[in-house]
Amino acid sequence: MWRTLRILVSVVFFALITFYFLDFAGISGVRSFLPRVQFIPALMAVSGGILVFWIVLTFLLGRVYCSSVCPLGIFQDGIIWVSKRWNKKKKYGYRPARNVVRWLVVGGIGIAFLFGFTFVLSLFDPYSAYGRMATDIFRPLYLVGNNGLAWLFTKFGNYTFYYVHVTILSTFAFLIALLTLGGVGILAWRSGRTYCNTICPVGTVLGFLSKYSLFKLRIDTAKCNGCGLCALKCKSSCIDSKKHRIDYSRCVDCFDCIGNCRQRAIAFSPLKKGKPVENVVKVTDESKRRFLVTAFATALVVPKAMAQEKVGAFVRHKAYKREYPISPPGAVSTEHLLKHCTACHLCIAKCPSHVLKPAFMEYGLGGMMQPKMYFDDGFCNFDCTVCSEVCPNGAILPLTKEKKHVTQVGRVVFLVENCIVNTDETSCGACSEHCPTQAVTMVPYKNGLTIPQVNPEICVGCGGCEYVCPVRPFRAIHIEGNPVQVEARRFKETEKKEVQIDDFGF
Amino acid sequence: MERREFLKAIALAGVAATIKISNPLSVLAQSGQNLTTGLPYDLVAVMGGEPVEMFRRAMTEMGGMEKFVKAGQKVVVKPNIGWDKTPELAGNTNPDLVAEIIRQCFAAGAKEVVVFDHTCDDWRKCYKNSGIEEAAEAAGAKVVPAHEESYYREIELPRAKNLKKAKVHNALLDSDVWINVPILKNHGGAKMTISMKNHMGIVWDRGFFHKNDLQQCIADICTLEKPAVLNIVDAYRVMKTNGPRGKSAADVVNPKGLFISTDIVAVDTAATKFFNQIESMPLEVVGHLAKGEELSIGTMDIDKLKVKRIRI
Repeated sequence: MWRTLRILVSVVFFALITFYFLDFAGISGVRSFLPRVQFIPALMAVSGGILVFWIVLTFLLGRVYCSSVCPLGIFQDGIIWVSKRWNKKKKYGYRPARNVVRWLVVGGIGIAFLFGFTFVLSLFDPYSAYGRMATDIFRPLYLVGNNGLAWLFTKFGNYTFYYVHVTILSTFAFLIALLTLGGVGILAWRSGRTYCNTICPVGTVLGFLSKYSLFKLRIDTAKCNGCGLCALKCKSSCIDSKKHRIDYSRCVDCFDCIGNCRQRAIAFSPLKKGKPVENVVKVTDESKRRFLVTAFATALVVPKAMAQEKVGAFVRHKAYKREYPISPPGAVSTEHLLKHCTACHLCIAKCPSHVLKPAFMEYGLGGMMQPKMYFDDGFCNFDCTVCSEVCPNGAILPLTKEKKHVTQVGRVVFLVENCIVNTDETSCGACSEHCPTQAVTMVPYKNGLTIPQVNPEICVGCGGCEYVCPVRPFRAIHIEGNPVQVEARRFKETEKKEVQIDDFGF
Repeated sequence: MERREFLKAIALAGVAATIKISNPLSVLAQSGQNLTTGLPYDLVAVMGGEPVEMFRRAMTEMGGMEKFVKAGQKVVVKPNIGWDKTPELAGNTNPDLVAEIIRQCFAAGAKEVVVFDHTCDDWRKCYKNSGIEEAAEAAGAKVVPAHEESYYREIELPRAKNLKKAKVHNALLDSDVWINVPILKNHGGAKMTISMKNHMGIVWDRGFFHKNDLQQCIADICTLEKPAVLNIVDAYRVMKTNGPRGKSAADVVNPKGLFISTDIVAVDTAATKFFNQIESMPLEVVGHLAKGEELSIGTMDIDKLKVKRIRI
């Protein structure tokens, strides 16, 4: 029963969240609770309710998050399922826990995070890692599939499917996603939930809580004949059948063992059965304790000022042309983004204007793969607030349309020496045409021509001008990023005057 | 059949009205049809009505949609759907007008009516928020995407000066006839965007236009082998300033006009003169008009044309 429920929930959850990442047509809607209930996003967004829910649930039932909700966990279960069908004789077996490695990873991520290297947390957070796999690998494939259908249908004059632009947005992010897919995939194929029980920081923390959970998989020693079948089938390698012991810090509540036990000796229950055999690994791991104490002490004594200084230094890292990268509207500042974003790439997947892509070094080492705006394939739609609505981490804070209209992510810079009106003395005005606030206006030039004039104060930094400027190789107009987003001065509304015309004029 | 009777009645009423007003040009107009086009008028201008009403009147004067769309034909109706704007903000062609054109095409026997535009803002938002997708589909048209290069194919433009070839939307190239339905707007670069400028929504690479003398390229694209059979200028709402995108409702006025012609330069000249009454817009600065005349795609000399003016 438990196992069926777990499979049902996990399949539905996985299918929904994967489709949510892939869907470009808005079928799954803009907002979704699916990423918001994930552990690290809830932690980053300081969503107290969700965190309390997971902690309470883990104290109650153990690591159900890992088997039913975590997309990377369910993804691994998928691989494991295939691997078992590939090799019918696949066997697992008990392995001792690598607790030092586990806590080293948690400590390392924590310290790196405090020093502004959110990148390390981004790498290991299972939700974000899966988000990147979905956005940077599965999504392009999904789009290619769609384009195949579009080609076929369009050929017959049916436009139900339309072509979409397919691109690998960032080689670096793609490679990281590929490495995650390969690494986690191979580990899962060969030895089950190794990632979750050796590396995953969420697994380690929830595993620690699970040791004290009320409901546990318990071996009834009166019934158990020590055949070891449960251990052979345990993808977490956490059942020591000889000693009738289960390491609950690694048990992900998959409930496979229950059905595999021919003696019906395993049950998910709050009560122990049979003669009192110690189920919980009680051996105190001294080295782990020492490590934890030192790690947290170090973390606490690191002065905040020092951390911020470091962040500042990384953010000021010069990019190619732009002095500052342009963060998505609602990100508050590059520093806020750096501290909250774990690069799940949901905003990138959902941006309808193709204006967000993963950064490389623009935000510095600590902010690698976080979203930045770029204007090669599009520009930020004036009325659109999608990225701010979907962000589960609170890295991009929700904006209303009105607030978005005055959120200045960057400011326009015009290079008259590159402008076609100046160099070729022909009409253009493409930049002004796209400008929603008329921060770029066309003013009289020579021979009845008009040339752009910029007013950075009212510019919001949408990049319409930069995107559309036809001059190559160097555009005549671009956006310089604001390290701290500010409120743009509202453009002056001219008074609405109704004009009365009585004649045709010709 | 009922509709046809109605249209005939309207046409007769129109003729009666013409005789009454009886200015020198309309007298000329009565002398017979234009010999090259076989139409009663070269240009019909309407003022003071609602979009659908004005279009019905104008079309009747033009001799009915049957003159332009034949039974069994594949028709493209090409509005301006360039921007993610609601109809009130006049960034895009009036959806009611587009729908009425489509209905009349079907009434004239069109087999299929296709609507598209290569938008500037995200196409899905433009199609939706302009109200055109919904109105056109309700009228029975097929609204097709135009946001990817694969929907276009290259054609030669032998009469053009700068734009020797261009990638044009397949739907238009595969159609039997097409109807150009721009909205009258001020334009920062081209000065005006009307029927000729609306051609930038049938091509893929607009950057080329801006790079190689925008005004010339606008005229060049209008030399394509298959010109629009009708140019219907929506001037019901007009964006007088900050076009073509506009900043706010303050850029929009409501002069309630509509212009129809088979001559694209003439209809744009007429619309520019109309616009000039709202905001100063001398014909000389709208460079593509003269360049179009130079390429003999039409005339700026409206006075030599048979013009029908209707006030509602």
